Amino acid sequence: MNLTLRIWRQAGPDAPGALTRYQVSGISPEMSFLEMLDTLNEELILAGDQPIAFDHDCREGICGACGMVINGQAHGPERTTTCQLHMRHFRDGDTIDVEPWRAAAFPVVKDLVVDRSAFDRIIGSGGYITAPTGSAPEAHATPVPKEAADLAFEHAECIGCGACVAACPNGSAMLFTAAKVVHLNVLPQGAPERSSRVRSMVATMDDEGFGGCTNTGECATACPKGIPLSGISMLNREFLRGAGR
Amino acid sequence: MAVSGVVMLLYLVFHMLGNLKVFFGPGDLNGYAAWLRTVGEPFLRYGWFLWIARCALTAAVVVHGVAAYQLSRRDLRARPQKYAHQRQRATYATRTMRWGGVILALFIVWHILDLTTLTVNPHAEPGHPYQNIVASFSTWYGGGIYCVAMLALGLHVRHGFWSAAQTLGANNPRRDRTLKVCANALALVLTVGFLSVPVGVMIGVVR
Amino acid sequence: MNSYLDYTVGADLADTSAPGGPIEQRWDQRRFEARLVNPANRRGRTVIVVGTGLAGGAAGATLAEQGYHVVQFCFQDSPRRAHSIAAQGGINAAKNYRNDGDSVRRLFYDTVKGGDFRSRESNVHRLAQISVEIIDQCVAQGVPFAREYGGLLDTRSFGGVQVSRTFYARGQTGQQLLLGAYQALSRQIAAGGVEMHARTEMLDLVVIDGRARGIVARDLVTGRISTHLADAVVLATGGYGNVFYLSTNAKNSNTTAIWRAHRRGAHFANPCFTQIHPTCIPRSGDHQSKLTLMSESLRNDGRIWVPSAPGDTRAPADIPEAERDYYLERTYPAFGNLVPRDIASRAAKTVCDEGRGVGPGGQGVYLDFADAIQRLGRAAVEAKYGNLFEMYQRITAEDPYRVPMRIYPAIHYTMGGLWVDYDLQTTLPGLFAIGEANFSDHGANRLGASALMQGLADGYFVLPATLNDYLARLPSAPVAADHPEIAQVEREVTERLAALLAVNGDRTPDSFHRELGELLWDHCGMARSDAGLRKALARIPQLREEFWRRIKVPGTGEELNQSLEKANRLVDHLELAELMCLDALHRTESCGGHFRTESRTADGEAARRDEEFSYAAAWEFAGPGSPPVLHREQLVFDHVQPTQRSYA
Repeated sequence: MNLTLRIWRQAGPDAPGALTRYQVSGISPEMSFLEMLDTLNEELILAGDQPIAFDHDCREGICGACGMVINGQAHGPERTTTCQLHMRHFRDGDTIDVEPWRAAAFPVVKDLVVDRSAFDRIIGSGGYITAPTGSAPEAHATPVPKEAADLAFEHAECIGCGACVAACPNGSAMLFTAAKVVHLNVLPQGAPERSSRVRSMVATMDDEGFGGCTNTGECATACPKGIPLSGISMLNREFLRGAGR
Repeated sequence: MAVSGVVMLLYLVFHMLGNLKVFFGPGDLNGYAAWLRTVGEPFLRYGWFLWIARCALTAAVVVHGVAAYQLSRRDLRARPQKYAHQRQRATYATRTMRWGGVILALFIVWHILDLTTLTVNPHAEPGHPYQNIVASFSTWYGGGIYCVAMLALGLHVRHGFWSAAQTLGANNPRRDRTLKVCANALALVLTVGFLSVPVGVMIGVVR
Repeated sequence: MNSYLDYTVGADLADTSAPGGPIEQRWDQRRFEARLVNPANRRGRTVIVVGTGLAGGAAGATLAEQGYHVVQFCFQDSPRRAHSIAAQGGINAAKNYRNDGDSVRRLFYDTVKGGDFRSRESNVHRLAQISVEIIDQCVAQGVPFAREYGGLLDTRSFGGVQVSRTFYARGQTGQQLLLGAYQALSRQIAAGGVEMHARTEMLDLVVIDGRARGIVARDLVTGRISTHLADAVVLATGGYGNVFYLSTNAKNSNTTAIWRAHRRGAHFANPCFTQIHPTCIPRSGDHQSKLTLMSESLRNDGRIWVPSAPGDTRAPADIPEAERDYYLERTYPAFGNLVPRDIASRAAKTVCDEGRGVGPGGQGVYLDFADAIQRLGRAAVEAKYGNLFEMYQRITAEDPYRVPMRIYPAIHYTMGGLWVDYDLQTTLPGLFAIGEANFSDHGANRLGASALMQGLADGYFVLPATLNDYLARLPSAPVAADHPEIAQVEREVTERLAALLAVNGDRTPDSFHRELGELLWDHCGMARSDAGLRKALARIPQLREEFWRRIKVPGTGEELNQSLEKANRLVDHLELAELMCLDALHRTESCGGHFRTESRTADGEAARRDEEFSYAAAWEFAGPGSPPVLHREQLVFDHVQPTQRSYA
């Protein structure tokens, strides 16, 4: 396959950026999108140019490191992570636009690399259960209804890639925050910190400069792990419940 | 936004049901309009109920508008740089919430000038809402503005109702579908109910 | 020939920190003997933890909870992305919730046996004991393990073990356990107990007066080189499987931290013990950047076969039953498709070497579900393996319900690592290694669902106890920031990076890494021979020389420069590769993941040679290019009798 790529290049956080056009040829449909970029980067290095910087690590869709907006869609046309997107979903001669996640809370570091540390701070403000090592009771002391365990798991699958923020027209982090709040709040182990957790995490989310939720649903559509949109509603319920105490 | 929206939605349902009295003739509708001024007597004085309702609605509109403005400001700030490759994906109803809301706000002003203060009404006879309605909807612009606004209202309610439920924490994975169906049904009923009046006037069922 | 082969043998190494006495009481005894640091004094003691995976994340959080000042590093943009996250299957624990005869003793036994009798009994027994506490700890943190309708934890059996002791969270157990540790760590970061440096990579170790006292690290965004000092340094930097270029490891996993520590004095044990996983998706072409694992559970219902005749290129459906070779069922009738990982992997390589492999390049064998679908129905197969089939189809665009899957072995885990004693301290005082970075518990082969167990045992429970003892004995003597050794190490790091940037040759880091990987895969992969290893040992120094002559790294060191990161990691992989081959060459027996073609039983199976090789090989660095010094730690088996494995 021969492709035209228009990729966002930006030398640093404060440098101006622009879409730059590249031609790549000999792309096999078996390649992943990142392997296609690897191929381009090898050519750029040998030509003495700077390769395109992008975050990636596990390349099997679980670490959450990779992420780019491909033709206006977070992680591209398939509902998966960028590393698991394959070139067979494109056609010979296509022009593909590649941009970084865009959000005030995710400043660009370089090219397609953004700073997502705001997510870490949201987790740090309450996305945990206080259980210092050694303090745990016997695991079977508290049975957890299967339904609650499954609901918790469904939300715990979040990989923290930031596609929800990138896809949201408001740059909102509600789905990310909801995923962690629901995961922990539906478990009996998470109950004691239920109210403080949601209050604190929402406050941090707001302070980090994420936008507000207008329930457009773009986040859940883009989420490679299928975190349900209704999680945001459950977050709101927890918040309203927590605000009263 | 959700709370003020729900207040207005409840009002709209009663407003729409009241409007349908137009199909039973001038007596019914005008009688109903007069009754609205005597509700609550003797605890409330004549017209007080209506003024209380108007105050509450004004408050709801203002709160809704201010909240929308603040939310929009915050949302625009959170995405300072737009994507070069724009791609629309959400439903039309969702995308048009912001400007649809503005259209509805302008319509409310027109609607009050037309049928409450009668400033722009061609008939303009206080105490005779039936005749005023027929007169207004008999003009091409009166009927036209109303119809466009009601379509906008339908779209606004379609996303707004579900969105309010979502914001108030009423949704969960199992309920999501039901809520969406309810939102669509409510939007449809409101739109059809409201549109039936100008359409009735235009096709001559209401004269 | 290569003088590197002329290694010398030094004094035997002994683990002096494990107490004697009954094996069940050793850990209690050790904890009792360990000195404690007064809680009031802990704030003043700094511990560096490098890495935020299961071991590092758990250790950082726990040490901070104890009151120490923790300074932690990860090269990823967030501590949540460490590669532990990709572990699929589960975590073993001797809870015996099934009442199926499991016990600490049995888990201990299975792990020693699974490791082909090349691990240390004391350590493995402690691991089995602690496994029980790990599950309690993780449940308390909110890890959403699979549960039964009664609300109790579900378990499954794994990897040929006869009891059901593997706890799991669908196919994402590693992710859920790591997020638990990450959340505990995040709580400590927010509370100020942990000073977190993300996107910062350790490039060297600072040793002062014979003790590890800090690290030199590079801020990957700004390129700034800085030194961080501490009372002790903990390496939780994972394994070195990426030396093979293609592996199931994350792209950025690397050996730099442990290799630099090795160069500064920590012995490197059993580098040739690498694990190859039999069920990975084969490579699709030269562009392949990494390999993806498919859960081993597929072998429960899938049948493995290749065409009987070499060079048969017909579509699998066109090959009649009589012309198929179900080679595992044929060779190992008792275990069939469920033989252990190393045996399944080698068998696949053998049939492919015979020219009977399938798919691009003939590097693959079929894993066929046609019989299972016929027997159980498509719905049942879908319920069991649906997500795996979907993953396979996404990557290969082939529908495994209709066409047999193609699988091939791939490098997955490295049992070798820095040598540590019972306290998890390396031979360099003050330097500890935990998780996959050390060599401790898995011997020559790791059992499924045991890596997560070991990482968390080390991080949550072992290290926090033993580190106390080290710190309590070490007088608190801060190192002056202007100590000449610090400037020296910083200078060496800066010069190395500058040298990489200065070559300006004509080959990319990836092209060298690919070549190194192929060389190792061919000669130090699934089957190793004297001739092959010697060939590799002759080629590696040439490759290294070529690397320093022809490498091209664009850009500068004062910016985010991913080519520089790759090249710098490759410098260490190129050195480690040589030690791996030497270790493989010197160990002329077959054991676990290490298969020497010369050492086989009459029927071609791996033959262990306990009388000569019942030891861990700890290699001491003796200077760049110089042959290393071998120190043997003799392994003593008082509780488990070594036997030859048989699966026929």
